Amino acid sequence: MMFAVAIIAVFIAMILVLVRLYGGPTLYDRVIAVNSFGTHTVLLIGLIGFLTERPDFLDIALLYALINFVGTIAILKFFRYRALGDTPPPQEGAEQ
Amino acid sequence: MSILATIVEVISWAFMLSGSFFVIIGAVGTLRFPDFWARLHAISITDSAGVILLFTGMSIQAGFTLITVKLIIIGVFLFITGPTATHAIANAALVSGLRPKEAKGFTGVEPEPLTKPDADPASSE
Repeated sequence: MMFAVAIIAVFIAMILVLVRLYGGPTLYDRVIAVNSFGTHTVLLIGLIGFLTERPDFLDIALLYALINFVGTIAILKFFRYRALGDTPPPQEGAEQ
Repeated sequence: MSILATIVEVISWAFMLSGSFFVIIGAVGTLRFPDFWARLHAISITDSAGVILLFTGMSIQAGFTLITVKLIIIGVFLFITGPTATHAIANAALVSGLRPKEAKGFTGVEPEPLTKPDADPASSE
């Protein structure tokens, strides 16, 4: 019962964060909304595992936490340097 | 139901309800706050208070098992990476030229013109 209440709360929070993700005026509002949505997803997977009495879902929640952090850093790096691989970032004032 | 099970149930209910409260408060702040720099605070509430309280409630329900160990691992990981990701996003926004609306010069960096001219008409003298 308590897990159902927490799941409903996390669902409401996810919907509100999705509205901010849709209407965020800047890029960084959207990035932080995606990050928060991933955190809510981790919470939701853990709670669903407890609600259905299959706590093995916690492994999936841990995987989502890892992917969420690495994905956020990757998005920020891409929009900073416009490259994700081992291409060196363009030097300031360097000749072409 | 013994008295001990009742106590465990009540404590777990308290943790889960307060965690749900903080999660919803963080989401409402994310939606309603006027500025990007203000929204960072609301996000941090979900990242720290909501996660810790909900996982504590789940750990009390699980007891001393392997599930609690997994919950502690996830909780510690989120507790470290949440503020780290928030700091990375704030640093990227500051480098890209986004500035708080009212606090010009507050960041210790010489305030530059905002990237969007319609974001703050008062700052363009």
